[in-house]
Amino acid sequence: MDSKNSTEAKYIGVVGVGSFGAAIANILAAKNPVMVYARKQEVVDEINSSHSAQGKALAKNIIASNDPAQLCKSCDVLFFMIPSSGFQEVVKTFSPYLFPYHLIIHGTKGLCLNLKSGETLETVKKIKRSQILTMSEVILQETVAVRVGCLAGPNLSKELAQGQPAATVIASKYNEVILEGQSLLRSEKFQVYGNSDIIGVEISGVLKNIIAIASGALAGLGLGENAKGLLVSRGMVEMIHLGNALGGSIKSVMGLAGIGDLVTTCNSIHSRNFTVGYRLAKGETLDSILADMEEVAEGINTVRIIKAFLETADLRAPITENLYRVLFDDLEIEDALQFLMKYPFNVDVDFV
Amino acid sequence: MEEKYIKHKYEPIHPSKEEWPVVKLARERKEFVKKVADLSEDRILNLTGNNPDILKEELETTLYREKLRIKQNPWVVDPDDDSSFWSGVKSSLVQISTETVKSKVKKLQAYKVVLNQITARYAEEIASNFKTTHYKFTRSVVTYGFSRLLNAARVKGFKSIFSNQYTLQDKIQITGETDQLRDLATKGTVVMVPTHFSNLDSILIGWVISVLGLPPFIYGAGLNLFNISIFAYFMNSLGAYKVDRRKKNLMYLETLKTYSKEAIQFGCHSLFFPGGTRSRSGMIESKLKLGLLSTAIEAQRANFENGLNDISGKIFIVPVTINYHFVLEAPSLIRDHLSITGQERYYKENDEFSNSYKISKFLIKFFTKGSDISVSVGKAMDVLGNYVDVDGRSLDKHGRVIDTRDYFISDGKVSVDNQREEEYTNMLGKRIVEEFHKINRVFNSHLVAFVAFELIKKQNRKLDLFDLLRLPEEDIAIPYEEFKANCQLVLDKIKELKSQGLINTAPHLSLDLDEIISRGMENVGMYHAKRPIIRDKNGNIGTDDMSLLYFYHNRLTGYGLEKLY
Repeated sequence: MDSKNSTEAKYIGVVGVGSFGAAIANILAAKNPVMVYARKQEVVDEINSSHSAQGKALAKNIIASNDPAQLCKSCDVLFFMIPSSGFQEVVKTFSPYLFPYHLIIHGTKGLCLNLKSGETLETVKKIKRSQILTMSEVILQETVAVRVGCLAGPNLSKELAQGQPAATVIASKYNEVILEGQSLLRSEKFQVYGNSDIIGVEISGVLKNIIAIASGALAGLGLGENAKGLLVSRGMVEMIHLGNALGGSIKSVMGLAGIGDLVTTCNSIHSRNFTVGYRLAKGETLDSILADMEEVAEGINTVRIIKAFLETADLRAPITENLYRVLFDDLEIEDALQFLMKYPFNVDVDFV
Repeated sequence: MEEKYIKHKYEPIHPSKEEWPVVKLARERKEFVKKVADLSEDRILNLTGNNPDILKEELETTLYREKLRIKQNPWVVDPDDDSSFWSGVKSSLVQISTETVKSKVKKLQAYKVVLNQITARYAEEIASNFKTTHYKFTRSVVTYGFSRLLNAARVKGFKSIFSNQYTLQDKIQITGETDQLRDLATKGTVVMVPTHFSNLDSILIGWVISVLGLPPFIYGAGLNLFNISIFAYFMNSLGAYKVDRRKKNLMYLETLKTYSKEAIQFGCHSLFFPGGTRSRSGMIESKLKLGLLSTAIEAQRANFENGLNDISGKIFIVPVTINYHFVLEAPSLIRDHLSITGQERYYKENDEFSNSYKISKFLIKFFTKGSDISVSVGKAMDVLGNYVDVDGRSLDKHGRVIDTRDYFISDGKVSVDNQREEEYTNMLGKRIVEEFHKINRVFNSHLVAFVAFELIKKQNRKLDLFDLLRLPEEDIAIPYEEFKANCQLVLDKIKELKSQGLINTAPHLSLDLDEIISRGMENVGMYHAKRPIIRDKNGNIGTDDMSLLYFYHNRLTGYGLEKLY
């Protein structure tokens, strides 16, 4: 049972080499040797032979493997950097090799569903909080690891890759996870904050994607900064109410993972969610947009899940509801905007 | 047919009492108490950061609270020198603070002396007074006395007093993972965590432990119970240590935790009522007091630190539920609960267990009328809430063997991290509550109380709980047929839950429904002057006491059965 070998230097594990995974792997590699997991053999070979992953340059001390057992054996700390759609499956693949001494930090801003086999979002229509899983809840449910954390904040992969200054927040119930994450990631150009409200931080990161799509749509319509200010402010209020209903604290929405990430994503043409909204407003259909995107825009799936959750929660979330109708019910964006402008938001701040 | 409960006869797992951990502990009592006092001192010094000013503040707070307690809330069990001891503490504190010339180091030294006096006193007060002779005597009195009573009540005729036809085990059924419990108790250290509804539980569990052939467990019993002489005798002889709920100061709590942790590390099997106190509402505990539970986790970590990585150093958590038809204290418990949660007038506690006469009266009633009790022993878990296999190895959700030690590892070594252990304690608490619900056994009385209350609630949809409880009893009538149909509905749901392993039922629930209902109505709260469920002249279901009905109904909350209404 003694799977520890303290004489050998440990690697830091990164699961997934998408743009965010690669950026984090490079930051980690500044201090420690890193082992990344990629499913495809050709990606593994590419990393090991030419230090790049599908065109993204990787540091020299990053090696790759497609064997979860090897990764779990060589690493005490693992960063899961995979889209929410594949998250459950990858975690299940790793589960047999994970032990309680592993620390897991994930950087996925999405939600999973916890439904009985055979059920899908289409068949159940309404979902309760217990049927929604944040990524940390997926890890806790599928594996024996308990010391789990998440990484969230305004971290656009492109800017991180260029070495521009940025900050992130690591949230975990366990101080040691936060401290470990800070010591691994912190550098002159990368500030790392801690937060004990992991659910609040995860939910903030998830919900801001919805607002980012809306922000892209406003930009696509050619609207100005006043409109964006309005959206960010109302979007935050909506995030606070939804976050509360999903078990997060108000404070976390006010932090780096909430308002910090919201402002970044709502202004960035690099953001995939923003791009979806922008192209929608330019008249493209959702199917055609999704067809030529390289990586998934988490916001789309989030809108669907939150819409189903709203059916059981005693709560209104006008931006999400109207965005859902635009995305899936063929509501024109101009009409949705009209609706929101007439919506009776009487009180400016009603959550403190 | 009603399944037959098979009475097992369990041989003692340690035939020689010399091998009992609790006996070994009693032999080394003096050294042990000293060790606890010294370790508690270290802990408190750690918490105060070895800073004389903070330590002084803590000492003064403790002194103030103790003085207040002596003045406002004195008990029979309090030692006679209580007042003089604390006066002594006061004068030492005054003396230290007036000597201004002393350096910081010297001051700390002086405060440490006072601190050690206090922890030593607390440790001595907490420590149990276990004596084997008392234990054997109590045990035989309980078993012998109870079986005499039982036979006199059930078997007719003069000679019945000497009949051995019935034993206590006919009254009290023990079911569940008893063999695993016995087995693990020989290999590692067991921490038993039962639900708590009645003051009788302490004695009952003590008896169960002895019937199962286990050596006595040590457990924290409320000091208030030692006010009553019968209880004091029983408790002492069963290895109870004392928990004084009036003392909430840091020094006391740390000493108490240290005592518990050290005793577990010593190898003493322990018992906590994790609800902390009797369930006021009649619900299965859903929020646990985690203070003592955390000592099990600490002790486990300390064992790993000391290199005890095999099963001898392993600590097993065993949840137990105790199921009654009847809780003697129900009327005062539920009134407490209602006055805490809301709008009922303040009610001064009237403890039915307040004197020995009342208890004896209850015991006679208990044995002469048929009120069965069942004790279900749950599956053993490690301190993180993972089930364990026959060899005591922890298993994860997929049945893979894992090492509990891994939970305490950081950078390849076992490390101390209080914040981490706090979270682990929360996790363990949640797991215990989950297990309680799974092993809880539904009785016919629980079923009828649940259905009756829910139907009354349904008839008066617009009322909130407190208005509902104030309904005039004579206005309440549920037609029998409707009641029966609803019992069937709930019973079916319970059986469905049972097939998923989420609840358990007593064998008598497989009887014919009319039989279940009539027996359930007979059993529910059977000795109360006001019965929770009655049948009026027209055969309708009614109640004499809505609050009591609510209390017994609560036993089945937490399963989502309310959703049927």
